[in-house]
Amino acid sequence: MSWLGQFFGKKETSSSVAKKRLQMVLVHDRNDISPGLLELIKDDIIQVIVRHLAIDPTSVVVNLNQDGPNSFLVAEIPLPGNSSR
Amino acid sequence: MSAKVITVTSGKGGVGKTTISANLATALAMLGKRVVAIDADIGLRNLDVVMGLENRIVYDLVDVVEGRCRLRQAMIKDKRQPELYLIPAAQTRDKMAVSPSDMILVCDQLRPEIDYILIDSPAGIERGFRNAIAPADQVLVVTNPEVSSVRDADRIIGLIEAEEKGPAHLIINRLKPEMVARGDMLSIADVLDILAIPLIGIIPEDENILVSTNQGMPLVMSSTNGVSASQAFRNVALRLTGQDVPFMDFSQKPGLRGWLKNLIGGR
Ligand SMILES: Nc1ncnc2c1ncn2[C@@H]1O[C@H](COP(=O)(O)OP(=O)(O)OP(=O)(O)O)[C@@H](O)[C@H]1O
Ligand SMILES: [Mg+2]
Repeated sequence: MSWLGQFFGKKETSSSVAKKRLQMVLVHDRNDISPGLLELIKDDIIQVIVRHLAIDPTSVVVNLNQDGPNSFLVAEIPLPGNSSR
Repeated sequence: MSAKVITVTSGKGGVGKTTISANLATALAMLGKRVVAIDADIGLRNLDVVMGLENRIVYDLVDVVEGRCRLRQAMIKDKRQPELYLIPAAQTRDKMAVSPSDMILVCDQLRPEIDYILIDSPAGIERGFRNAIAPADQVLVVTNPEVSSVRDADRIIGLIEAEEKGPAHLIINRLKPEMVARGDMLSIADVLDILAIPLIGIIPEDENILVSTNQGMPLVMSSTNGVSASQAFRNVALRLTGQDVPFMDFSQKPGLRGWLKNLIGGR
């Protein structure tokens, strides 16, 4: 959406919402990984990491991404501490 | 010459398989091809009424498979096209009455004398679907430009590939160009982006389809030209014969409102 569109408060079209939702649901369908399974995997990852690092469990994000024909399991785990040097 | 077997399937029900099967079979017959349409939707037959042949049924596919009649006896000749036949499904049996190897056998018997065999598949991913794709040389997947239909199409496309019947070809049915222009319907590009299989047909929403179904006369037989479902069916039939036919242009000219919308950053 352009800045002008934003300025006029133009909403996202329902077809682009549909497309995004379809893309999301199909990555799960194609890999036979339910959102529930993803939650379980996330919990396990957190358990392993907290044994070594003092991370914030609530900030961990685990997602499925698709890039062309390939799917990826992507975990984002923000590290604690003063990384802002 | 040996027939090409084309199966029309979908994941979700009610997306237009039977309508498309009847119209493609008729359109191919109108091109002078010898065509047999087989209704593989056992227990829920409909291809007979859409083709207007319901009053001529004596034997059906299950009678053939179970040896109660010869294949020829179950082939109903069309009223208008001299080289078009229908093998109806049984109405009072279930899908287990026919097996994938039965379907292969029936098609192999037909192949030497026929140019195209069109199989109307039931919806779903079970036995009826497996029966319908077993003899297929080419599989057409029908979807509507709508979330649940596209999702189920994706599932069926995967199964077709797993059965080594791919790549399936896509028919997008019931497109409403004015809704696409408004941004309220998935576009052809959106659907192709998601499903990533070759496109073979775009059929617009057309109320004449209901009229022709009421009368039991496939729409392709009436001679509407221009941007119509009838012309779209004929184009798919030509593509099936190997001709390179450009896709119709459904894009809507934006009116003043559309133009303004574009100006302020629509797509
Ligand atoms: N392009 C179209 N424009 C308008 N109506 C359509 C179009 N295509 C199909 N229809 C209508 O949609 C309904 C369902 O079509 P049809 O019976 O062909 O679907 P199907 O996929 O065979 O269904 P099922 O899964 O139950 O076998 C019918 O009433 C038909 O007339
Ligand atoms: Mg049907």
